[in-house]
Amino acid sequence: MFNKALNIHKYLRRDMYPSIFCVGCGIGSVLNHTLRAVDELKMDMDKSVFVSGIGCSSRLPGYIDGNGLHTTHGRAIAFATGVKLANPELNVIIFTGDGDCAAIGGNHLIHAARRNLNLTVIEMNNFNYGMTGGQTSPTTPLGSNTTTSPYGNFEEPFDLADLVVGAGATFVARWPLGYPYETIACIKKGIAHQGFSFIEILIPCPTGYTDKNDLKSNKEIWEWYRGNTILRSKYKLLNEQEQDQNHKLVIGELRNVQRKEYTTEWAKLVNRLRDEQDRVDDS
Amino acid sequence: MRTEIQIAGFGGQGIVLAGVILGEAAILDGQNAVQTQSYGPESRGGAARSDIIISRTEIDYPKVLQADLLVALSQPAFDKYLSGAGEGTLVIVDRELVPSQKGAHLAISFSLMAENLGRRVVANSVMLGFITAVSGIVSSSAMEQSLSRNVPPKTVELNLRAFAEGWSAGKEHVDAWTCRGGANG
Amino acid sequence: MPGPAGVVQMDKASYEQICRILGEKRSFLQGDVACAYGALLAGCDFFAGYPITPATETAETLARLMPRLGGAFVQMEDEIASIAAVIGASWAGSRSLTATSGPGFSLMQENIGYACMSETPCVIVNVQRSGPSTGQPTEPAQGDMMQTRWGSHGDYEIIALAPNSVQECLDMTLLAFNLAEEYRNPVVVLTDGEVGHMREKVILPEYDEIAFTARRQPTVAPADYLPFQSVDESLVPPMATFGTAYRTYVTGLTHKESGLPTTDDAVAHTRLITRLVEKITRHRVELTRVEEQFLDDAEVAVIVYGITSRVALNAVRTLRQQGVKAGYLRLIGIWPFPEEKVRQLGERVSRIIVPEMNLGQLVHRIRELVPDSCQVSALPSIGGRVHLPAEISSALMTDRKSPEPEGQHHV
Repeated sequence: MFNKALNIHKYLRRDMYPSIFCVGCGIGSVLNHTLRAVDELKMDMDKSVFVSGIGCSSRLPGYIDGNGLHTTHGRAIAFATGVKLANPELNVIIFTGDGDCAAIGGNHLIHAARRNLNLTVIEMNNFNYGMTGGQTSPTTPLGSNTTTSPYGNFEEPFDLADLVVGAGATFVARWPLGYPYETIACIKKGIAHQGFSFIEILIPCPTGYTDKNDLKSNKEIWEWYRGNTILRSKYKLLNEQEQDQNHKLVIGELRNVQRKEYTTEWAKLVNRLRDEQDRVDDS
Repeated sequence: MRTEIQIAGFGGQGIVLAGVILGEAAILDGQNAVQTQSYGPESRGGAARSDIIISRTEIDYPKVLQADLLVALSQPAFDKYLSGAGEGTLVIVDRELVPSQKGAHLAISFSLMAENLGRRVVANSVMLGFITAVSGIVSSSAMEQSLSRNVPPKTVELNLRAFAEGWSAGKEHVDAWTCRGGANG
Repeated sequence: MPGPAGVVQMDKASYEQICRILGEKRSFLQGDVACAYGALLAGCDFFAGYPITPATETAETLARLMPRLGGAFVQMEDEIASIAAVIGASWAGSRSLTATSGPGFSLMQENIGYACMSETPCVIVNVQRSGPSTGQPTEPAQGDMMQTRWGSHGDYEIIALAPNSVQECLDMTLLAFNLAEEYRNPVVVLTDGEVGHMREKVILPEYDEIAFTARRQPTVAPADYLPFQSVDESLVPPMATFGTAYRTYVTGLTHKESGLPTTDDAVAHTRLITRLVEKITRHRVELTRVEEQFLDDAEVAVIVYGITSRVALNAVRTLRQQGVKAGYLRLIGIWPFPEEKVRQLGERVSRIIVPEMNLGQLVHRIRELVPDSCQVSALPSIGGRVHLPAEISSALMTDRKSPEPEGQHHV
């Protein structure tokens, strides 16, 4: 399924390498998956803007030979809102992390979902603040060790997919790293979707999180994902009580519906008012 | 020549709007005008005030120093702002809404006249007609134009009638004064 | 209207369309509304904001008018998001605006720093109200003069203009857009609750009265374009917008001329920040805007700005009628500070009164500039109360040798 002929380097800014990412980090793979989706969609890189906030995952736009807007902590979606509204022709993709978009930027996340603005958010959830050295984030699992939960995290984490579904996002999906075909297909769908798309990718952070939580090898991390996620197709087969008691993160395409999209509705309003003005001018 | 007008009452009476109408009329007349308002929690039901400065020349200080004309449409507003009135201030009150009128020069039944026209809310337009006639600072045609623009379209006709009533009442006062030899007569 | 993919010189048809939407050439408007009008006449095609007293009327006006002109209006979830969207829109080719007041302006500070660092043209109207914190929401103040200059962290320069009338709210907002493009920098229009809510006569400028500074586009091939490289003495780099062949990477990190980050290079950081500061300070003279009256033979003078200037002018005129040689210097451009004008005045008069609706902000900057032979006194008024003319005239009349009255705030 991979386009083996794809020379992914044509999408990269060579002078940015080597990257800042640690050995075993999942962010590079997400970049790879995204660029494969971009390639398959034949996106015009002149017309594409990659927006990010602050954190490891927010460094991604710097590696892409397109337009990049690396903004302030938590605000990527708000900046992206301005980009998209000012020029709806642009493809706007946001790279963000769990801390960036769910803690400091949580308000922007839910409001962008509510507006159903045609943006694609690719959120890399590594369960911690990696860049600052492994602190608790809003998605850190209960009991996990981080530098700011040295006795085990006792705050309930967000399920960000649930959160944005509740806020009105119209395309929502989640995949752990290790499902490349599904992830690439899902990013393609998310970008093509007319409305607010949110894709969460669970990624390891050996430096900040996984090592400290006894997930010291790819195999252990993979097994953790297997044990703590459930495919949506299987989840749907559970009875109501089982669904209520489920603590696993549901993975797969979680929502894909159509609802009025912001820029389309705005364009309609502009046209309607222009027609009204023309009638006034004619009379 | 700078004319300072202060219109005071309670929130909801259209005090600010009255000031806007007057100021805009002055602009239509080719004069300068500044309208400011006391604005705050007190503007809901409490004392509300609209200040208008009108001048043929540039207006520097934009607020009222000593009003040439003070119109009070409620007892609390009258009590509050009368102290700021000076010797040269013409003080006009609503006869029914300001029962204790000591210090006022004229007490006019703006709201009663409005009620007789069918809508108490047009008391403001009656008042504006009256002060237009007695002060002469703006033309009645500019006032009618300004009024028409600033009130809800469906109420323009009623407001213009109210304005005309007020203007006639004001004119009668002016004529009476003129016969008696001025405002102190 | 300027198209979304790039800003072009406003054509006459656009001007006429805007005027048609705005209505009569001469009208009676609030300052906040005039700011919105000025923005539209400057070609503003993007507004993002959040409701806040006493600035909301700007947003309300643009909510009504912007879609009729084909621009974009969005009410964001907070002021942080508002300025973020404004910066994003600017990179997508818009001339973009937000309007706010104290608490919202405080929230915007981090991203204003980002706009300075990323050299993003945009305009922020700050209708100052009494603070700190929630303070007196409906009362005017001039308490954000220093926050405007220093509110974000690190070294940067900002451009700020202070209108004193409703007409100037229009004129200064219009000018702010041109300055933002000319210097690739955020520009703050510092009004206050008094000017913002006051109604006055406004005359829309004629087509040929309106300057229109278009965004300077790169002239080199995309492969040779460095979005943060100054190409001439102005130190202001040409700016390509998103959606063109000039793919641009923008970051708030210290960056090279290519835009790519370099965070541990002291030389690169020094070069970048020095240029960002110098591209404004080098143009201090061009950015100086003052109004001078009665200064030729003045022995004492006021230095004022914003609404307070109108009180001061009234006071100075009264004193002149009494034969007192009082002078008046109004600062219209606040930042960069009009140093030379203040210095020159300090050399000519023995006493300067600085009435401000704060406990003394610009007075400090003035003191730094004038010689010791000139006494500078603050004349504060806070709580939402605009000074009375008599307060300013009596301050000007006070013998410089007599001690300040007890209880007066010393600054």
